[in-house]
Amino acid sequence: MTPSISTANYLCIGCPLGCRLEVDTAEEDRIVEIRGFSCKRGKEYAAQEHIDPRRNVALTVGLRGGALPRLPVKTSAAVPKARVLALCAALRDLVIDAPVRVGQVVAVNPLGLGADIVATREMGVG
Amino acid sequence: MLCARRSLRSRGLVARPAPVTMPELLDVVIIGGGVVGCAIARELTRYRLRVCLLEKECDVGFGTSKANSGIIHGGHHSDPRSVKGGLEWEGNQLWDALAADLGFGFKRIGELTIALSEADLPVLENLLSRGRAKGVTGLEMWTAEHVRAAEPNLSQDIIAALHAPTTGVVNPYEACFCLAESAVRNGLDLRTETTVLGLSLADGIWAVDTSGGTLHTRFVLNAAGLFSGDIAALAGAPALAIHPRKGEEYLLDKRLQGHITRVIFPCPSPVSKGILVIPTYDGTLMVGPTAHSVEDPLDLTTSAAGSDEVFSSVQRFAPGICPRDVIAQFAGLRAAADGDDFVIGPTSQKGFINIAGIQSPGLTAAPAIALRVVGLLRDEGLGLAPRDDFAPGLPAPVHFMSLSTEAQIELAERDPRYRRMSCRCEFITEGEILDAIGRGAKTLDGIKFRTRAGMGRCQGGFCAARCMELLARELDIPFTDVTKRGGGSWVAIPRLTGVAQEASHD
Amino acid sequence: MISSKPAHLQGVYDVVVAGGGPAGLGAALAAREAGAERVLVVDREKEAGGILLQCIHAGFGLHHFKEELTGPEYAGRVLREALEHGVDVLSDAYALDVLPDKRIKLMSAEHGVTLIEARAAVLSMGARERTRAAIRIPGARPAGVLTAGFAQRLVNLQGCLPGRRVAILGSGDIGLIMARRLTLEGVEVVGVFELMPYANGLNRNIVQCLRDFDIPLHLSTTVVQVHGRERVEKVTVAPVDDHLKPVLSKAWDVPCDTLLVSIGLIPENELSRQMNLRLDPVTNGPVVNSAMETSRDGVFACGNVVHIHDLVDFVSAEAGLAGRWAGLAAQGRRPPEDNVRLSAGENVGYCVPHSLSTEREHTVYLRVRKPMEQSVIRLSSSDGRFTVDKKVRYVFPAEMINLKVGPRMLQNFHGDALRIDVLPR
Repeated sequence: MTPSISTANYLCIGCPLGCRLEVDTAEEDRIVEIRGFSCKRGKEYAAQEHIDPRRNVALTVGLRGGALPRLPVKTSAAVPKARVLALCAALRDLVIDAPVRVGQVVAVNPLGLGADIVATREMGVG
Repeated sequence: MLCARRSLRSRGLVARPAPVTMPELLDVVIIGGGVVGCAIARELTRYRLRVCLLEKECDVGFGTSKANSGIIHGGHHSDPRSVKGGLEWEGNQLWDALAADLGFGFKRIGELTIALSEADLPVLENLLSRGRAKGVTGLEMWTAEHVRAAEPNLSQDIIAALHAPTTGVVNPYEACFCLAESAVRNGLDLRTETTVLGLSLADGIWAVDTSGGTLHTRFVLNAAGLFSGDIAALAGAPALAIHPRKGEEYLLDKRLQGHITRVIFPCPSPVSKGILVIPTYDGTLMVGPTAHSVEDPLDLTTSAAGSDEVFSSVQRFAPGICPRDVIAQFAGLRAAADGDDFVIGPTSQKGFINIAGIQSPGLTAAPAIALRVVGLLRDEGLGLAPRDDFAPGLPAPVHFMSLSTEAQIELAERDPRYRRMSCRCEFITEGEILDAIGRGAKTLDGIKFRTRAGMGRCQGGFCAARCMELLARELDIPFTDVTKRGGGSWVAIPRLTGVAQEASHD
Repeated sequence: MISSKPAHLQGVYDVVVAGGGPAGLGAALAAREAGAERVLVVDREKEAGGILLQCIHAGFGLHHFKEELTGPEYAGRVLREALEHGVDVLSDAYALDVLPDKRIKLMSAEHGVTLIEARAAVLSMGARERTRAAIRIPGARPAGVLTAGFAQRLVNLQGCLPGRRVAILGSGDIGLIMARRLTLEGVEVVGVFELMPYANGLNRNIVQCLRDFDIPLHLSTTVVQVHGRERVEKVTVAPVDDHLKPVLSKAWDVPCDTLLVSIGLIPENELSRQMNLRLDPVTNGPVVNSAMETSRDGVFACGNVVHIHDLVDFVSAEAGLAGRWAGLAAQGRRPPEDNVRLSAGENVGYCVPHSLSTEREHTVYLRVRKPMEQSVIRLSSSDGRFTVDKKVRYVFPAEMINLKVGPRMLQNFHGDALRIDVLPR
């Protein structure tokens, strides 16, 4: 009996060529074939995107007593793509106090996604 | 979201709030704060009168006047037998004194009406004799060589042109703001964002119902432009049909400054003055306007067809002008009445006077219209006792970049507001923006049309946030309450808070 | 914010830099490293760093710092570097004019209007966004039509939103970045509309900013009408034909309260125009030689004021060159003369610098007009006697091409003009 094959499509982000990647999977999402890539990096990207897509997130949090009302921050590591919006929503009302230095952790492992939230700009008391 | 009228009032910078208790009897209520209404208002404040000007927008001049070509016509274009024909030349001659009093920019740069074929020549001859009959000075036929020497960037196909040195240019909104500011300083009660809801006459007194309360007055002047037909109907005056006629205009990049130095008219057709090249007072070129009737008096849309029409017709005589240089486009609506003439005069409703149908050359004629209306009021029985404390002038605004370096150093030393460049397309300092707010600007457009900040190449991309911060601070309102031009023209909203609405996204 | 106010302004500087973004800060650092003693950067914002400070996303610095940074991190690093090397950075200030005697008229919140002497100057004022008017979108003129960069400023610096339901015209990277940024803030982004048959932004941004959030990208589609009297109420969009003309019979309405336009950048050359520098009508920036010197001796330029870069890393590289030569010029060392004019040929929008020397190594930056696969970049002399080809797998208008040109490549070339074409293989 032939296993039923399903195909997922991805756009490669490695370079401007933008290869249209196809990932064929069989039972239990086992990858059986990757097509459409023009280089090794493209093939690896397709597999990673299919198995565990992750994203770095950059956003702002509120700043109290600073020269500006918002502080830019980022995740210290990539988080699962499916949890990005939930993470942003969870941080929506966060306000921290100036001063802040670059790299300072402003929230520890929110939602347990394995990434801290760190400041990306120095902000003195304003 | 209102544009913070209250806060400005409390600082005594604009009109006082509507009276809530004892109704005071006014002498004149003017409906409509366009250039005509403002010119009349200022003229009336020369006398001991209680005058109120009602404007539905959040600033004067924000209707037809703002989208005007800004030309003070030479005086010879309109038929001398018409009302507008007479007022055109009368008005033209009043602008030097007005500009000198109020300090707004006005330059008589002259105009050329051009002939591209032999068939055009009789039309120019007719314009010339019409102008001479009215007494328009300086009209002269130019040869092709003369045109080429004076305007080398015009088409080589031009065979002759009629030169009118009397034609000038102004910033129509600047003139409007200055007229209104001068009137307010001389006692005018200016009420913006105030809509007229009803008009009734009893015992020789008009009750004017507005969105801000009821006013009582002996005279009502209907200068409501596109809406003057509606106002006439509210007053029970004979029907006045106003037909909006749209004109699209395209403003070109500063790069083309000096490319053409006079207002250029194509040879006029029986129905239109045609599409012009206008070196605006600020030096940038503008091309337009189209002329198409529309139904909706709020339809200020521009169109691809309009743009094509403007550029294809202008390129026939100004080949160096192309759509690539457009930095802004807008449309205005002329308030044309039946018969295409001005409608100025009393009506069967005693004390209700129309000043309607003021299409081109309305801006040119406005100062003359104001004088005529004063005369009409006198004829209708309004006593006109001159005030001895009328102040014709206005404090001159600072134009930082036109100061000498020494004067700039001295000013910045004395006044720290002149140490920051807020608009880097038009070089407008923070001090000039604050001055505009002090003189009544409550919105981004209010600042833009008073200072030019936001009018240049970036169209506000850089300075808008800074202007919003200054407006919020000076008017003491939240940043997100600042509007583009009042009403529902909000610019930004507060960021969303809370987690609740996110569940559906996840 | 990184505090950077110099205690007092000196009367004479070796190098004055107009604009404190990555270009200006990089040039100032390079000028110091080249031995210039007194170097001043003039920046209009409260903190130098330029537009990077509002680009809070990551993706900067992979070439220059060998790690991926966010915009504020990149800006912070170049500012720190400049300050640590003794550059004076005057923020909240503006260079009003460069007088013919090279005195510079400054306006500063702290010092008022002053004239300072400069032995050399670097122009690094950056770029501005093209606006709605540049493409003449017909329709009404309500509030709510704004550039993507202005929206970015509102969201990231002011902490407010440009609207609740947003359509985006143009698939430039700033627009794509804002599509994601607004989505993360809970705003509904209804779609991105791109006139061309291909996206103008990086694939990375197509995937991570649009696809991740199921935001539709409509290629070969444009906005044909804006509706709304006070605030945008909807836009009408239509597909375009092969001549990029809208097919109005297939138009549809998109309800939204905001239209962001992301249709490209133009160099900011108010000051260059005032100084009557020679400008390139294609780049809209000053014409520069291989030392990044403009048509006026001692006045150099770098970054987006010269031409629009795709990556800030290349801005930093160019700034290093301009700053170094400005620093040397201030010490009386003129850059060596170029002996070859460079011009853009087939499928080349522009190339920078505008001239080079057969004696030195150069990086020539160019952009193609249309995408092409399996192509060659050809350098040739006007008489056709000299040609040299470099194979490239693909070229793409959104991506700047860096072409290394040096004495070895040009050893058989004996003319004074070279032209660059990008041709199919």
